[in-house]
Amino acid sequence: MPLNEGCVAAPGRARDNRTGSWRVFIPKFDHEACSKCGMCQLICPEGCIQETGENEFVPDYDYCKGCGLCAEECPKGAITMEQEEK
Amino acid sequence: MAIDKTCELFDCGHRACGGCGASMAARLLLKASGPETIVVSSTGCMEVFSTPYPETAWKVPWIHSLFENASAVASGIESALKQQGRSEKVVVVAGDGATFDIGVLCISGAFERGHDITYICYDNEAYMNTGIQRSGATPFDASTTTSPAGRVSFGNKHPKKDMPRILAAHGSPYVATASVAYPADFMQKVERAISTEGPTYVQVHAPCCTGWGFDGAKTVAIGKLAIETGLWVNYELVDGEVAKVKKVVKKPVEEYLKEQKRFRHLFKPKLQEEEIAKIQAIADRNFERYGHEIRLPPKKAPEGA
Repeated sequence: MPLNEGCVAAPGRARDNRTGSWRVFIPKFDHEACSKCGMCQLICPEGCIQETGENEFVPDYDYCKGCGLCAEECPKGAITMEQEEK
Repeated sequence: MAIDKTCELFDCGHRACGGCGASMAARLLLKASGPETIVVSSTGCMEVFSTPYPETAWKVPWIHSLFENASAVASGIESALKQQGRSEKVVVVAGDGATFDIGVLCISGAFERGHDITYICYDNEAYMNTGIQRSGATPFDASTTTSPAGRVSFGNKHPKKDMPRILAAHGSPYVATASVAYPADFMQKVERAISTEGPTYVQVHAPCCTGWGFDGAKTVAIGKLAIETGLWVNYELVDGEVAKVKKVVKKPVEEYLKEQKRFRHLFKPKLQEEEIAKIQAIADRNFERYGHEIRLPPKKAPEGA
C-alpha cells in the first residue's frame, strides 16, 4: 500500500546538516595517551567518534559540535579542547 | 542477546544542543535495541531536534503522531505485528512531559491491556523544547519559566511525581530507572526491558544543559552528582519489587544544586538554608527508602597518635 499521508524521510538524512559549523572549541585527540577504553565514543551525543582500523578513536569534525563532553570524561586526559581558528 | 556497542542507529547531524543528555539516551537505547526495532515518539525536544522534515537522524522505522498518544500508537503497531506473526520490537521514546503529564491516559491504557511494548522516558525534568516549562517531573524548588523563582517563590512547589511506581502498580513485569551518566547500565536495562514480555518501562535521567543551566561538557558529571546526592536513584523493579539499587557514598545535595542555574536562587543573593534542608530531606527519604547508601568505616587514627 503506498503511504500517502504524513511525512516520510529517508533514514539518516540528518547527515545533510553539518553541525560542525556550530563549534567554538575543537577536541584534539592524543592517540599516544589514549588507553582505547572507548568512553568518548560511547558518550558522544553526536555519535561522531569512530574507531579506525588502527584502533584509534577519531571524531568526524563535520559533525562534532565541540561540546567537550569527551574531553571532560576521558579517564586518561588524552583529549584537550582548543579554541578553533576558522 | 549481547549488546553491539558499535551499532549506530542514531545518526550525526541532528540539531540537539552540544552536550545533550537526551541525544545520548537515543543513541544508547538504539545500541541496546538493535535494528529490529520500531520507534514511536511523542512530541518533545527529541522529536523536534532529530526529525526536522525532510531530515531524520533515526535509522530505524520511526513514527510520530501526537503529544499524548505515543503509547496508543505503539499498542496498535504491536497488535498489528502480532497478527502478522512478526517479531520486531516496539519501543516508545517520550520525554517527561509526554510521560508524566500529557500521555498518562494512553500509557495507563497500554499497560493495563498488557501490550508487549517497551516505554522509555528520557527525563530532563521540564518541557525543554518549548522553553523550559515545569512538568510533573520537575524537582522541588527548580526555577522554570512557569515556576519562576523570585520574591514570592522558590520555584517549583511540588515534588517530582513517582512515575516508575505508578507503572509498576499497573502490574508491569519490569520497571527501571537509569542515567545517561552510566551508559553500560542504561543499555543493559533497555535490553532487559525489551526482552521481557509485556509492557515495560525505563526512565532515564537525561541532564539538559540549556534548561538546567550548566556547561554542556558537564552532562555526565551532573548525572553522576544527581545519583551520589540521592536526588536520583538507579533501581530496578521486577514484578513490583525492588530488585537492584545502585549503591553510592552519600554527598550533600548542595554539590548537585550549586552546579545548576535552575537552583541558583537558593545560593544567591543569599543562602536559603531552610529550602536546601527541604531538598536534603527528599534525598534522605530516598536513602531511607532504597537503603543504597554505602557507609564507609570511620577513618582510623594514625598509629602513635
